[in-house]
Amino acid sequence: MGNGIRKFMKSQLVIPLLSLLLLVIFNLIRDVGFFSISITTNNQGHRVLSGNLISIFNGASAIAIISIGMTLITSCCKGQDISVAALAAIAGSVFVSVLRSHEITIPVIILAFIFSCLVSVLFSLFNGVLVAVFKIQPMIATLILFSAGRSIAYWINGGATPTVSSPLLASIGGFIPGIPIPTPIIIMVIFLVLISLVLKLTNLGLYTQVVGINERTAHLNGINPVLMKLTAFIISGVCVAMAGCITVCRIGLINHETLLLDTEMDVILAVAIGGTSLGGGRFSLFGSVIGAYIIQALTVTLYAMKVPSAAVKAYKAVVIILIVMINSPVVKDFFIKLYRKLFKKQVETKISIKAS
Amino acid sequence: MKKIWELLTGKTEKKRRESLSNTTLLMTITVCTFFGMYLIAMLIWQGGFLNPQQFLDLFNNNAYLLIIACGLTMVMISGGIDISGGGITALVTMVCVVYLEDHGGTVLGSMLIALGIGLAFGLIHGILVAYFEIQPFIVTLAGMFLARGMITIVSIAPRTASQEAFLKLKHARVTLPGIGYYGKSGNFIPAQIEPGVIAAIAIVIIVAVILKWTRFGRNLYAIGGNSHSALTLGINVKRTKFFAYLFAGLLSGIGGYVYLLHTGAGDAANAAQAEMQAIASNIIGGTLLTGGVGNVIGTLFGMLSLKTITNIVIASGLTKPYYQSITTGLMLCFFILLQSLILAVRERGRIKLFPGWMRFRKTGKM
Repeated sequence: MGNGIRKFMKSQLVIPLLSLLLLVIFNLIRDVGFFSISITTNNQGHRVLSGNLISIFNGASAIAIISIGMTLITSCCKGQDISVAALAAIAGSVFVSVLRSHEITIPVIILAFIFSCLVSVLFSLFNGVLVAVFKIQPMIATLILFSAGRSIAYWINGGATPTVSSPLLASIGGFIPGIPIPTPIIIMVIFLVLISLVLKLTNLGLYTQVVGINERTAHLNGINPVLMKLTAFIISGVCVAMAGCITVCRIGLINHETLLLDTEMDVILAVAIGGTSLGGGRFSLFGSVIGAYIIQALTVTLYAMKVPSAAVKAYKAVVIILIVMINSPVVKDFFIKLYRKLFKKQVETKISIKAS
Repeated sequence: MKKIWELLTGKTEKKRRESLSNTTLLMTITVCTFFGMYLIAMLIWQGGFLNPQQFLDLFNNNAYLLIIACGLTMVMISGGIDISGGGITALVTMVCVVYLEDHGGTVLGSMLIALGIGLAFGLIHGILVAYFEIQPFIVTLAGMFLARGMITIVSIAPRTASQEAFLKLKHARVTLPGIGYYGKSGNFIPAQIEPGVIAAIAIVIIVAVILKWTRFGRNLYAIGGNSHSALTLGINVKRTKFFAYLFAGLLSGIGGYVYLLHTGAGDAANAAQAEMQAIASNIIGGTLLTGGVGNVIGTLFGMLSLKTITNIVIASGLTKPYYQSITTGLMLCFFILLQSLILAVRERGRIKLFPGWMRFRKTGKM
C-alpha cells in the first residue's frame, strides 16, 4: 500500500489531480450544493442530468479531445500546434457544407464527418510535413495555418454563417433520447479509451516518447522519426475534426470567426497542467484530459462567482501561474529539500531518544 | 548549387563560409525581398505605391508593432518566446485613457503609467521564466490572459481620450522636408510622420546597438546558441534571460503608448493578434525561434514586408479580408521554407536532405 502511494506520488498525475482536488474543495466550501446533480426535463421532453458537474464535463469535451492529439504532437515534436482551433473551423465548415447539400440522415452525417476528417487530416499533414521533413519548429510551422485557417473556413462557407438543424444533430451535440448523459461526454470517453488502448497495445506510445526524448537514438534503434511525427499529426487531425463537428452539432451553426476561439491556448495549457513537458518526451494522456477538466472547472467556478465573462481570463491566468509554479522543478526541489530537512530532524530526535 | 552559393555569399571573397553569417544572410534576403516587392508594386500598380506618404503610412500605422517586435527579437534570440505583447498594448491603452479621462491625469503621468505596466509585466515574466524555470510560452500566455482580462476589469466599454494636452500630442506631426506628393488640385503636400514613428525608429537603433556592441547583447546570442556552453563560459544565463524579458515587457508598454497616440482610444479589442504578427515579422526578418540567430534590422524589414504584401493584395483588387490573411500565410510559408532550405544548404551535413527526403541528417540541431 505504502509502495503504491509512493509510486503514485512520483507519477505525472499528482499535480493535476491535486489541483483538481483543490478546486473541488474550494467550490464545496464556497457552496455545498455546487456539485449536486439533478434530473430535469429538457425542452425536448427527455429526462436528463443537469448540474455544474455535468456542464463542466460537457463543456470540456472539445478541449479534452483536442488535447489528446496535442499531447502526442507535444511529446514527439517538442513543440505545440497552434493551428488546432483554425483547423477545427475548417473541419466544421466542411461538415456543414456536406450536410447542407444533402438531406440529413445518419449515413450522410457519417459521410460528412469522414469528409471533414479527411480535410483536417490533410491540413494537419501539411503542418506535419513542415515539422517532420523540413525540421521547422512546430509553433512557427503552424503559425501559417493559424493566420490563414479561419480565412480558408470563411472561403468554404462563402462568407456566410450557415445553420444546420436536425434532431439527429441535436442528439449528437446534446442528448440521445433515453440516455441522460450528454453525448459529447460519451464520445469523449469512448475516444479516450480507444486511443489509450491503441497506445497500450501497440508500440505507438513508446515510439512517440522515444522520438521526443532523443530523435537520433530513436533513428539508431530503427524507428523512423519522420513517420512517427506524421502519425502524431494525423491523429491530431482526427481529434480536431471530431471536436469541430461536436461543437457544430452543439450550437447548430458554423461561425468561422468564433468557433472554438482561443481554444489552442486552452489546449496547450491543459497539456502543460497535465504534466507533459512542453519540451517533448514523456506524456500522459489522462493528465491532459484532467488538465482540460481543470480549465473548464475553473471557468465554470468563475462564472458561478459572477465574474464577467471577459474578465475570466485574468483570474484564469493567476490560477494557471500558481499551478505551473507548483509544478516547476525549482519549487519542487525546494519542497523536497524542506521535506528532507524535516524528516532528518525527526530521525535524529528518534536516535537521540533511543540513545538516552 | 555552386552558382547559388556564389550569389548568396559574394563572388569576390574566397572564404565563402566566413563571408556571411546566418544572421546577415537571412536579413539580406528579407531586405532584398522587400525592396524587390516594393519596386514591382511601383511598376505594376503605380498609383499609391509611388506616393511617399503611403510608404510612410506603413510606419505610421504599425509603429507599435515594430516596437513590440523589437522586444520580441531580443527574447527570441535568447531562445525564448513572448506572446504577451498584444495584451499589454491593449491594457496600456485602456489604463492610460481611463487615467487621462477620469482622474485628470497629465500626459507625462500617463507615459509613466505605460512604462510602469510594461515593466511590471516584464518583471513577472522574467522572474518566472529565468528563476523559476517555467516554460516561457506558458508564462507569457498567462501574461496575455491576465492583461486581456484586466482590460475589462478597468473598463468594459471602449473609451476615447479627449483631453486637450493629449490630443495636442496625438495630432502632432513631423513634416519631412523635400518629400511629398501633389494633391488633386496640384498643390504640394509634404509627407508627414507621427511622433510614434520617431520613437519606434529610435528603439530599433537602440536595440540594434545593444545587440551588436554591448556585453548583454552578445550574451543573448551566446545563450540562444547554446545555453550550456554559455554557462560554462561564465555567462550569467539566468540574469541575461531575466533582462531580456524585462526589456520585452518595457517595449510592449512603450508600444502600447504609441498605439494610443495613433488611435486615441482604449478598447479590449485593440492590437488583436499583434503578438502573432510580431512573431511573423521576426520570422520573416530571419530570427529563428531556436535562438542564437537574428537581427533587429531584419525585424524592421520583416514587418514592412508583411504589411506591404497586404497593400499589394488590396491594390490588385482582392479586397475581401480573407485574401489578406491567406496571402500572409503563404508569405510566411515561403519564408519559412526558404530559411529552412538555406540553412540546410549552409550546413554541410544537411545537403543530403534534398535527394532523399526521408534520410536522417547526421549533424545539426535536433
